[in-house]
Amino acid sequence: MKVTGSKDFWAGLMFIAFGLGFIVVARDYAMGSAVRMGPAYFPTVLGGLLAALGLVIGGRAFVAAGERLGHFALRPTALVLLSVVLFALALRPIGLVGATLILIFVGALGGAEFEWREVALIYLVLIGFSVAAFYYGLGLPFQLWPAFVGR
Amino acid sequence: MEILSNLGLGLAVALGVQNVLYCLFGVLLGTLIGVLPGIGPLATIAMLLPITFTLPPISALIMLAGIYYGAQYGGSTTAILVNLPGEASSVVTVLDGYQMARQGRAGPALAVAALGSFFAGCVATFVIALAAPPLAEVALKFGPAEYFSLMVLGLIAATVLAHGSLLKAIAMMVLGLLLGLVGTDVNSGVQRFTFGLPELSDGVGFVIVAMGMFGVAEIMTNLEHRGSREIFVKRVSNLLPSRKDMRDAFPAMVRGTAVGSVLGILPGGGALLSSFASYTIEKKVSKHPESFGKGNIRGVAGPESANNAGSQTSFIPMLTLGIPGNPVMALMIGAMMIQGIAPGPQVMTERPDLFWGMIASMWVGNLMLVILNLPLIGMWIKLLTVPYRMLFPAILLFCCIGVYSINNSSFDVLVMAAFAVFGYACVKLDCEPAPLILGFILGPLMEENLRRAMLLSRGDPTTFVTKPISAALLAVAVALLLVVIAPAVRKRREEAFQE
Repeated sequence: MKVTGSKDFWAGLMFIAFGLGFIVVARDYAMGSAVRMGPAYFPTVLGGLLAALGLVIGGRAFVAAGERLGHFALRPTALVLLSVVLFALALRPIGLVGATLILIFVGALGGAEFEWREVALIYLVLIGFSVAAFYYGLGLPFQLWPAFVGR
Repeated sequence: MEILSNLGLGLAVALGVQNVLYCLFGVLLGTLIGVLPGIGPLATIAMLLPITFTLPPISALIMLAGIYYGAQYGGSTTAILVNLPGEASSVVTVLDGYQMARQGRAGPALAVAALGSFFAGCVATFVIALAAPPLAEVALKFGPAEYFSLMVLGLIAATVLAHGSLLKAIAMMVLGLLLGLVGTDVNSGVQRFTFGLPELSDGVGFVIVAMGMFGVAEIMTNLEHRGSREIFVKRVSNLLPSRKDMRDAFPAMVRGTAVGSVLGILPGGGALLSSFASYTIEKKVSKHPESFGKGNIRGVAGPESANNAGSQTSFIPMLTLGIPGNPVMALMIGAMMIQGIAPGPQVMTERPDLFWGMIASMWVGNLMLVILNLPLIGMWIKLLTVPYRMLFPAILLFCCIGVYSINNSSFDVLVMAAFAVFGYACVKLDCEPAPLILGFILGPLMEENLRRAMLLSRGDPTTFVTKPISAALLAVAVALLLVVIAPAVRKRREEAFQE
């Protein structure tokens, strides 16, 4: 049998996985009864519904010609993701100024053209604005510099 | 006249110096992001949500509302001048608006769009003031069964109107409901789906999901399409429409406003649906339907009025029932909850200043928009020339800072990153993220009301169909589903026959 609509196929598979996942995890909680629903009741019902929907969606891929899975742009997606993760990990240890530097440069690498002088300018404008507006203006409790610089 | 005294109270609040400034900021920012393709009101409101912590509730809501309806003004500018919808709801404005610009009539097109929006905004403000109190009164009589059915209706309506596959939209909504259940169960105190992570015991923050799926994921999808825009920057001269233009456009504005006001109230409705419906109607009632798509001024005036009316009246279910009709309203509910206000029918009686202040601010905001927008068009055109590669680092940074500052938690930023990848995958699989967001907000509410209703009926599920209001709401939901499924089934059959 040929899978004709691969978008539907993968989407169906994803929904089935989520549905079953929620059901399996919910097995650790009390089910209760229809009158007094336990914490597992609603998630189990919804998980079943989701898996069933996934089955139908994925099943369509075998009968009707659907759209094929498009091209995945790996580079921008990976770099944007990486920049956010690095920002999250760096913010506490090295402070806002350094973490933003990483975020902007790694993120900008995901764009079509990378011109380092332009990116540096964007960084300076953004960090200036952020420090002024968020740190001083709104008084959000950021650490600006690495801990060892001290303040 | 009670409504007049209410609106008077609202105006007194909305015209306070601070609130006028926040309103101005909101509508300007809304226009700005409306003009820029690639960033919409959803992502912007999500980014600003954490900052609204520090504001008084009424100012925060006035500003956020301003962003939403302001974006409808801005979207038309891009549609007319660049042949690109700045906002999804301006998609149909592109058809005739850009053609008008090519014929050298960009000025009248822009002016008619702004005036139509203003007219619609004024009418819609009154519609809200008139329709909200009786609705809230009905809502106060709602029990858990009615609330549950109402949420079912809201969710079904939202999925029915989502573009793309209905089944996928429903699946996304169910997944949203499930994700909304993560965290401590209020009835039993059990930590659900937290995988032992203490950071998840309060659940995943709504803002985090919204920013991941709409803010960061949108950057990922946008970076993929490396298109260059062609901008129609031939000098926009002669802004004022002629008397004939106005005569042509005015009936379209009235019809558009009426369509938008009605469709906005429906759950799942709002700006996008209204503009499509209005364009179809204009084409139907026109004596020269063939002139649409070739620069007919009614094709601009109708939809632009409709999307503004729809965006405003979509506040009605949010304000009176506490049920979001579209993802932007879900964010507004998030903003109210951040401020410690439980959205629902009681807001109007307990916080009349907030309720009426927000409504009155819409009229004030619309007035500002029409006065400011026409002179500022030159500035918006310049902004359109800013390339995306300079914009997205800023969006990225504001998303990160916004999410981090909710709880001062790096963990939240990582969760946002996970939702960004998930959101990107969903777009790739043609699964709309909007129904997921609605489900996410309603998940815990639905479970709570389902539990209560079943407890009250001693486990008898027929309670949902024996109570008249609940039954009626469910019937509408079923009818909506049937209406959508029926033509799809017929089409499928026809395809099968042809093969």
